[in-house]
Amino acid sequence: MSTEESNAKPLEYQTEQGEMSIIGFWVFLAAEIALFGTLFATYAVLFGRTADAPAPAELFEPGTVLIMTFILLTSSFTCGIAIHEMRRGSVKGVMTWLIITLALGLSFISLEIYEFIHYAHEGATLQSSAFWSAFFVLAGTHGVHVSLGIGWAILLLIQTAQRGITPITSRKIFIFGLYWHFLDVVWIFIFTGVYLIGMVL
Amino acid sequence: MQLDEFFVTGEPLIYAGMVAIVLVTSAIIFLLTYFKKWTWLWREWLTTVDHKKIGIMYILSALAMLFRGGADALMMRTQLAFPDMNFLNAQHYNEIFTTHGTVMIIFMAMPFLIGLMNIVVPQQIGARDFAFPFVNALSFWAFFFGAMLFNISFVIGGSPDAGWTSYTPLAGAAMSPGPGQNFYLMGLQLSGIGTLATGVNLMVTILKMRAPGMTLFKMPIFTWSSLITMFIIVFAFPILTVALALLTIDRIFGSQFFTLTGEGLPMMWANLFWMWGHPEVYIVILPAFGIFSEIIATFARKQLFGYSVMVWSIILIAGLSFLVWVHHFFTMGAGAFVNSVFSVSTMAIAIPTGVKIFNWLATLYKSKIQITVPMMWSLAFIPSFVIGGVTGVMLGMAAADYQFHNSYFLIAHFHYVLIAGTVFASFAGLIFWYPKMFGHRMNERIGKIAFWFFVIGFHVCFFPQYFLGLDGMPRRVFHIVPEWFNLNVISTVGAFGMGIGFAVFVYNIYYSYRYSERETTGDPWNARTLEWATPIPVPEYNFAVVPHVDSLDAFWAMKERGESPYDESKVEPIHMPNNTSQPFIMMGIFTLASFFLVFEWIWLALAGLIGGIVMMIIRSFDYDEGYHISSEEIIETERSARGL
Amino acid sequence: MRHTRKHLSKWLVFILIGLILLLTGCSELTVMDPKGPVGEQQKDLIVYSLYFMLGIIVVVFVLFAFMVIKYRDKPGRDPKDYKPNMHGNKTIETIWTIIPVIIVICLSIPTVNTLFDLEKPPESSAEQEPLVIYATAADWKWFFSYPEQGIETVDYLHIPTDRAVEFRLSSADSMSALWIPALGGQKYNMAGMQTTLYLQADETGVYEGRNSNFNGEGFAAQTFEVYAESSSEFNNWVEQTQNTAPKLTQSKYDSLLKPGILNSTKEFSSTHLQWVNHGTSNGMDYAINRFWDDYGDKLHLKNGKNHSHD
Repeated sequence: MSTEESNAKPLEYQTEQGEMSIIGFWVFLAAEIALFGTLFATYAVLFGRTADAPAPAELFEPGTVLIMTFILLTSSFTCGIAIHEMRRGSVKGVMTWLIITLALGLSFISLEIYEFIHYAHEGATLQSSAFWSAFFVLAGTHGVHVSLGIGWAILLLIQTAQRGITPITSRKIFIFGLYWHFLDVVWIFIFTGVYLIGMVL
Repeated sequence: MQLDEFFVTGEPLIYAGMVAIVLVTSAIIFLLTYFKKWTWLWREWLTTVDHKKIGIMYILSALAMLFRGGADALMMRTQLAFPDMNFLNAQHYNEIFTTHGTVMIIFMAMPFLIGLMNIVVPQQIGARDFAFPFVNALSFWAFFFGAMLFNISFVIGGSPDAGWTSYTPLAGAAMSPGPGQNFYLMGLQLSGIGTLATGVNLMVTILKMRAPGMTLFKMPIFTWSSLITMFIIVFAFPILTVALALLTIDRIFGSQFFTLTGEGLPMMWANLFWMWGHPEVYIVILPAFGIFSEIIATFARKQLFGYSVMVWSIILIAGLSFLVWVHHFFTMGAGAFVNSVFSVSTMAIAIPTGVKIFNWLATLYKSKIQITVPMMWSLAFIPSFVIGGVTGVMLGMAAADYQFHNSYFLIAHFHYVLIAGTVFASFAGLIFWYPKMFGHRMNERIGKIAFWFFVIGFHVCFFPQYFLGLDGMPRRVFHIVPEWFNLNVISTVGAFGMGIGFAVFVYNIYYSYRYSERETTGDPWNARTLEWATPIPVPEYNFAVVPHVDSLDAFWAMKERGESPYDESKVEPIHMPNNTSQPFIMMGIFTLASFFLVFEWIWLALAGLIGGIVMMIIRSFDYDEGYHISSEEIIETERSARGL
Repeated sequence: MRHTRKHLSKWLVFILIGLILLLTGCSELTVMDPKGPVGEQQKDLIVYSLYFMLGIIVVVFVLFAFMVIKYRDKPGRDPKDYKPNMHGNKTIETIWTIIPVIIVICLSIPTVNTLFDLEKPPESSAEQEPLVIYATAADWKWFFSYPEQGIETVDYLHIPTDRAVEFRLSSADSMSALWIPALGGQKYNMAGMQTTLYLQADETGVYEGRNSNFNGEGFAAQTFEVYAESSSEFNNWVEQTQNTAPKLTQSKYDSLLKPGILNSTKEFSSTHLQWVNHGTSNGMDYAINRFWDDYGDKLHLKNGKNHSHD
C-alpha cells in the first residue's frame, strides 16, 4: 500500500476536480500578478510625488520592516512544512504547523499596522500625497491579502480537525500554501522595491 | 440625505422611466404569481449551475441591456438631428452618452459573447459543464447585479456623466460630486470581478476538459478564440480592478492618485484605463471572429481555410492588444518617438486581421454558400468590418490622428468595428445556436427583415459620421451647428432604421416561440463541430457518452463515417453538481454593500461586506458532493430526445 | 433567396458608389481644406493613406462580391467547382501576409516623418521666431496669454498669418484639448504640465476653435474664434489692446476662472502668468483649491442659451 502510494500522485491531485482547482488557482495567481504589477507600476510612477508630506527616506527605517520580512519568510517555510506533514498524512503535524504559520502571519500584520500608525503620526497618511496614497494602497493590498489568508487558514484548520486529510481538505490546504508562498514573493518585491529603494532615494 | 436627493427629480423623461420600471416590475410579479412560477424561477434559473441555463440568462440580460443602450442611442440621435433641437439638455445628454457607452461595452457586448461561450464551448469540446460550475453561477450573478446597480442610477442618485472612459480629474471627487460616478465604479467593479472569474473558469475548462483526442490544434475555432479571450481577460481585468479601486479610494477615502491636489497624476487614469481598455476591445472582437469562422465554414459547406493561420493570428492580435494602448491618447504630448512606436504597433494589428479577412474570403472560394440568416450576418460583417478596419489604420497614423481624435471620425470607426464585429456576431451566433438553447429555429423571413433594416440602418447611421468628423464635429457635444445638419439628419434616420431592425429581431423571438417548428434532431444546420452532436433539448449532462475526437470538425467526420455520437452500451452514471442558492445570495449581499458604498454610507457598506464574507465562510464549509444520474435515466432521456 | 442576392449586390454597389461620391466631396470638409501648413501636412497624409485604404476596400469588395455571387448554392452548379476539403495554400497565404506588411511599412514611414515634423515650427516661416501664446483652458473658457506683447484675451484669439504660433497648452482644471481644425490637429491641455502645439495660418480669415475633449456640462460651449490677419493688422490690434484694455488683476482673474460659461469675450493689457502658470506643478491646484465646491453646481445648459454664473 505505502509503496503504491509513493508512486501515485499526491492526494490533492488524485481527483480530477482537485487537479482542476489547483490549475485554476495558478491561473488566478497569474491574475494576482497582473494586479500587484499594476499597483507596483502606479507606485513607481507616483514615486517622489510627496507634496508637503515627509519623503519616504525620512520615515522608512530598516528595523521593523526587516523583522517583518524575516517573520513572513519563516511563515512561508513553516507553511511548507505543513504541506509536507499533510503529504505524510499527519493531521496533528498539519495543524501544528498551520497554527505556527498563522501566528507568524498575525505578528506580521500587527507589525505592519504598528508601522502604518507610526507613519500616520509623522504626517504620512493615505490622503497626504499621491506617493503616500500609492504606498499605503500597495502595502495595504498585500496586508489585506495576508489577513484574508489568516482567516482562510482558520477555516481550513477547523475543517481538517473535523474531517482529517481527505482529497478535498488536502486540496484546500495545498492551494492555501500556494497563496501563502505567493504573498511571500510579493512581499520580497515590496521590501526591496519599496522599502530598500525608498530608504536610499 | 433627503428623499428628494435620493431619487432623481425634475426630469420628465426620468419620471417616465420610473413609471415604466414600476409597471414592468409589477407586471412581472403579477405574472409570476398568477401562473405560480415563483418556485420554477427559483429552482430552474436563479439557483442553477447549468452552463446552458446560465448562458441563456447572460444572453437575455444582454438583450435587455442592448435595448437600454439602444434607447440611449436613439435619444442622442434625436437630439443631434437638428441644430436647434432641445430634446435633451447638456447634463442629460452627458449622462446618456456615458451610460450608452458603458452599458454597450460592459453590460451588452461582453455578456452576450460570454453567454454564447457558456452555451457553446463546453459542448464544442465534449465537456459536461464548466470546470467550476459554482463559480460560473457566481460570475453571472456578479455581472447581473453589477449591471442592475449601474442601471438603477438613473432613478436613484443620478447617472454618471463623465463618459464611459471616466477620465480624471473630471471624474474625481471635486468635479463629479455625488453618487453618479460611484455607481459607475461599483457597477463595473462587481461585473469586472465576475468576468475575471469567468476568465479563470473557462480557461481551465478548455485546457483540462476537452474530449479525449482533441488536441489544442483540433479545437473548433470558436473555442480557440474563447481560450485566447480568457487569457486577455486574466491579464487585463486586474488592471481595471486596480484602476477602479484607486479611483474609488480617491473619491470616497480622499487619497490622491488622480487628483489635482497632493501632486496626484490625473493622466495615470487614462493610461490604466486603456491598458485594460484596449485589450477589452479584443475581448469583444476575438470571440466574434470565432463565431463568424464557425458560421462561414458551416454554411459555405466547406472546411475553414487556413485554420492554423487563423489560430496564430488570434494569438498575435491578443499579444499586440497589450502594446497599443497609447494610441487612445496620441494627443497627450508624449513626443514624436513614443507616438511613432505606438503608431507602428497599432498598424501592425492590421496585418493578422487582414490575413483573417482573406482567409474568410478563401473559405468562400469553391464553396456552396447557403444564404441563411446567420450566414447573412456573417457575410455582411466582412465588407462592413473592412471599412471599420481601414479607418482604424488611418486613426493609428498618429500625425493624422491629431485631426481625427475626439471627432466623429473616431465615433464612426469604432461603431463600424464594434457593431459590424461584435453586434453582428452576437446576432449571428444567437440565431445559429438558437435551436440548441430553445429547441426551435428563429423564423427566417422575419430574420431577414430584421437583418436588412439593421444593416442598412447601420451604414446610413455611421458612414456619414466619418465626414462629420472630417468637418470638425467633435464627439460628445450635445447640439450641432447648421453646417453639420445634413449628415446628422441622415445619421439619425439610419439609427432609427437600426432600432426598427432590433424591434423586428425581438418580435421574431416571440413569433418563433409561438410558431416555429420544433427541432427533432440535434443538428438542424448540418453543421461541423461537436456541439451539434448533442440532442435537442440538450440534456443537462450534454453528452451521454463522451465522444472521441481525432480530427478537426469532429462531428462532421463522425457523420462522414456514418457514426452516431450516442452508443447506448457505453452509458455510465454521470456525476452532476447540485443547484445552489449561494451564488445568488452572496452576490446579492455584495451588491447591497456596493450600493451603500455608492452613497458613502461606510458603516452599512461594512456590514454588507461582513455579510458577504459570512457567505464565503458558509461556502467553505459546504461539502456538497453533487449527485449521480443513473444509466437508466440517461438512456430514457436520450431515447426520448433522439426519438429512438 | 434570389431576392436577397440581388439586394446584396445592389448594396455593395451602393456602398462603393457612395464612397467615391462622398470622397470627391471631401474638399469642402474643414480638415480636408486646411488654411495652414500644419493642417496641410496632415491632410496630405490622410489623402495618401486614403489611396491605400480605397485600394484595399476595392480589392476586398470585388473578391467578396465574386465569391458570394459565384459560389452560391444553386441548382446546375458545376460539381468541379466545389472543393469542401480545401484547407490552405502556402503560396497564396504568404502573399496575402506580405502585402499588408508592405502597406503598413508604406504608411509608417510618412507617419513617423510627419510626427517628427510636427514637433517643430513649420518650415515655411522658419525665418521668423514663432509667436508664443499660452493657451489655458478652464471650465469652460479659454485664456490666451501673449507674454511678449503683455496682453491676454478670453475666448477669442488673434494671430498673424505666415508666422508660426507656438501654443503652450495647459489647463487650470479638467483635461481639455485645443483644436482648430482649419489650421491643424489638436493636443491636450492638462493641469500641472505643459504641452506644445505649433500651428500656422497662411490665409486670413476667421476660424472655429474649440475644446474637443469632453470635460463636463459646459463642454459644448467651450469654443473660441480665431482671427487670422496680416502681421500689420495683428500689430495694430496688439497695440490697441495694450493701450485700451484694462490690466488683469488677480481677483478679476479668479472671478473669470470660476467654473461657468462667460457671456462675452474679454481682453486685458497684462497676463495671469505673473502669478500663476497652470502648466507647472505649482499652478496645478490653483483653481481646484479656490473652487472645490463650485464644480458640482449645475448650469442647466440648454441648446441656444448660454447660462453664466456672473
